[in-house]
Amino acid sequence: MTGMISAGAPGSTDTTYFARAERKEALSFALLAVPGLVVIGLLLIVPVGWLFVLSFIGKDGGVSLENYARLAQPVYVITFVTTFQIAGIVTVGSILLGYPVAYLLSQLSPRAAAICMIFVILPFWTSVLVRTYAWLVLLQRRGLINSWLVSLGIINEPIPLVNNFIGTTIGMLHVLLPFMILPLYSSMKTIDTDYLKAASSCGASPMRAFWDVFFPLSRPGLFAGTVLVFILSLGFYLTPALLGGGRVSMWSMQIATNVSTYSNWGAASALGVLLLVVTIAILAALNKVFRVDKLYGGR
Amino acid sequence: MKVPVSIRGLSKKFGSFEALKDINLDIAPGEFVTLLGPSGSGKTTLLQVLAGFVTPTSGSILVAGEELLTKPPHQREIGLVFQNYALFPHMNVFENVAYPLKLRRLSRSEIEIRVRGALDMVRLSQFIDRSVDKLSGGQKQRVALARAIVFEPRILLMDESLSALDKKLREQMQIELRHLHERLHTTTVFVTHDQREALTMSDRIAVINNGALIQFDTPRAIYDRPRTRFVADFVGETTFLPVELGTGGGASVFGTPLRLPDHAGASAANSRESWLALRPEKLAIGPVVGPEAEVNSFSAVARETIFQGDSLLVIAGFADGQNIAVRLVPQEANRGLVPTPGQPIHINVHRNDSILVSGDV
Amino acid sequence: MLTAAASATQIRHYQRLWLYGLCALIFTFLIVPCVLIVPMSFSASNYLEFPPRAWSLRWYREFFDSPEWMDALWLSLRVAGLTTLIATPIGTAAAYGLSQMPERLTKPLRLSFLLPMIVPNILVAIGVFFVFARLGLNNTVTGLVLVGIMLALPFVLVTVSSGLQSFDGNLERAARSLGATRLKAFLTVTVPQIRSSIAAGALFAFVAAFDEVVIALYISSGENSTLPRRMFANIRDQVDPLVATVSSVLVVASIVLLLIVQIAKRPEKGAAR
Repeated sequence: MTGMISAGAPGSTDTTYFARAERKEALSFALLAVPGLVVIGLLLIVPVGWLFVLSFIGKDGGVSLENYARLAQPVYVITFVTTFQIAGIVTVGSILLGYPVAYLLSQLSPRAAAICMIFVILPFWTSVLVRTYAWLVLLQRRGLINSWLVSLGIINEPIPLVNNFIGTTIGMLHVLLPFMILPLYSSMKTIDTDYLKAASSCGASPMRAFWDVFFPLSRPGLFAGTVLVFILSLGFYLTPALLGGGRVSMWSMQIATNVSTYSNWGAASALGVLLLVVTIAILAALNKVFRVDKLYGGR
Repeated sequence: MKVPVSIRGLSKKFGSFEALKDINLDIAPGEFVTLLGPSGSGKTTLLQVLAGFVTPTSGSILVAGEELLTKPPHQREIGLVFQNYALFPHMNVFENVAYPLKLRRLSRSEIEIRVRGALDMVRLSQFIDRSVDKLSGGQKQRVALARAIVFEPRILLMDESLSALDKKLREQMQIELRHLHERLHTTTVFVTHDQREALTMSDRIAVINNGALIQFDTPRAIYDRPRTRFVADFVGETTFLPVELGTGGGASVFGTPLRLPDHAGASAANSRESWLALRPEKLAIGPVVGPEAEVNSFSAVARETIFQGDSLLVIAGFADGQNIAVRLVPQEANRGLVPTPGQPIHINVHRNDSILVSGDV
Repeated sequence: MLTAAASATQIRHYQRLWLYGLCALIFTFLIVPCVLIVPMSFSASNYLEFPPRAWSLRWYREFFDSPEWMDALWLSLRVAGLTTLIATPIGTAAAYGLSQMPERLTKPLRLSFLLPMIVPNILVAIGVFFVFARLGLNNTVTGLVLVGIMLALPFVLVTVSSGLQSFDGNLERAARSLGATRLKAFLTVTVPQIRSSIAAGALFAFVAAFDEVVIALYISSGENSTLPRRMFANIRDQVDPLVATVSSVLVVASIVLLLIVQIAKRPEKGAAR
């Protein structure tokens, strides 16, 4: 269109005028995002960047890789393995528990769905600290779960459900389950019921229609939820700290201990940077394959 | 295989709203029937009951003597083409069309043959490996059709399938569907609100309004011999003139007695009000040509003429203020029969085209 | 002639009983920890027990009478409030700006705004602690508010962005064709249409800032402890029901907020969609 205008007709404006005007407009929109970016830059990028620099400074004050080299020690390796184990279990657990719930919510009438949503949204709104504390209370030796199991005769005496791996996993699963359900649900809601009717008219029983048509179409939401839950699990601090009893060595806790107890900023920052790198690498890889970013505000 | 469909006493209520009122319809084997009506008339509800996605309140549907309503949708052997095509986005064209055959556990080679055959019939063979989102509306339409016929269903249902296409494509598809039907002879029920579409494609048209079946006839009969004002109004353009019924079975308009066709609608005489339905293209302007006993003539004043490409529309007014439209084809226009605004004219109609319709909707 | 017939819907309800049962169990799992705390907080004894052997309000009295706890509550409310007031306009402006730009430019920018959610809390916590130590911002309200804004921005951005997605841009263009400047059109036409998204974003911002524990562990302590910070210390060190009391107050507050959101959403539904 701009080409036509520069045909030299009397009173026509230079083509670059339109290009410049367009760029100016795009720029003024970009400027709207600047205050937010400044905040994030100063309060996120700068501190993390500083940590990045710190991780390369050795005990003597010079540049070195010793902090990273020390990460190969058994105590850290156990931490990495444990963290991935728990993240994996929590993610799988949230898929197994979250998919049926999301499916039910997507199939109910709007009114029924709104009522059932409360069961998902209320935990989501409740502070993580409160929920973790609640599990601490529920899972302790004299807690509700143990008393209930004993009274039902399933066990003879209370089993240690908290201050260990099990307690941590249960607590994290509880906190992260809504993060699986909500993206799944919103993805399932976009599945047109006509697809299921079409499958039915082709001869598919309700079960087959679900596996052949509904499940594949719910995959974007499933991936979004999986990625979110896994990544959040990796960096989780609060729940393992309170429910692990010091016995569960998670990545985030190692970072905290190194700072609070040992003032070993070198180790802490190296651990932190490695965690960040792993998180971003997983996110980037999964995003490339599954295009998760479309579900978070992009068009 | 051609099956007859017999709908008996079909009713459906949503709460207090009666969507279908005691529908009785007999579709002959291999017939192409169109359900024609305005939005909300119940035609889509009827189709959904046939497909099995809506349960009727009462009634029965017999297909080749077997009750259809006790079967769940996936066992009814009915092909369904949706308005928005409903092609599975995670499967390509081949997989979409092959899906019904996969469910019936046909062998890979058999599936390949049948899918190619179906795509050939809708003239879409070259798109066999295409992913569904790369297709145009018309192409998606054809894939949906291929998927619906590939398993040789006993009945084919189409729900406003052509509404999303643009005019030219739509008219082309109408003719193609007609040819397809002539090849396959599957009993077909087609839903539309477009009367022209219904007239083009159907063996018979079932006009539905407010949940009731108004008239079930061939396109010609629906057009030339509509039974009620609604049918005459919905199909084709019509001007209605109020009719006073005489005691001896006669009728008059503006005080002048009418000459009526030999088969004057019996329903008209039995209802509370009657109307004279006049189609614009059946009217002529000017001096009467032919035997006077065959023609009804009305005096009017020409108001305006509107050029509509393939024809000319003349709007004229009667003494009582009512307007009437007369459609002139180019031959008539060229012969100098076009009146100027303000010119008094005579509007003539043959008695066989003077249709009386009842006012009951 | 039939009066009732088999249909897909009838079959579905029957087959779904197992689904209803399974989901009921999962819902129980989700909701019980949240609500169980409330009755426990009314326990008269020094220990946590359910059901409480005796009921009493002593822990509530202790909570509301304690100057430290009230200071912490007040501090948290102030921080969350200031955060919301600042983060909401910043986030809304950014969401609007990004919505008007071409897709390929916005992707990296959107990702940047999501960083606070992606980067693990603990990392941000120690990093900010380190930087704040040098700037003297540790244990200050300013420091807490700044961190709060950073954490809240992704929530505001995502919520307002999704509201803008379902907003018909033609309304704004119509206003401009009638003589309004871009800014005026935005304020008088767009904002009223997306106000429920903005409100939701603000609410998320408030909750995110209020609930933040991990970062508060490092940059807030002693006199300037936020409420969650104090709770964390209390959980670690003591086992009395006081934390249960504070938790109950927070749970009830969450329920109230939730109800407000649900009620506010209803009249909007017809308009925005």
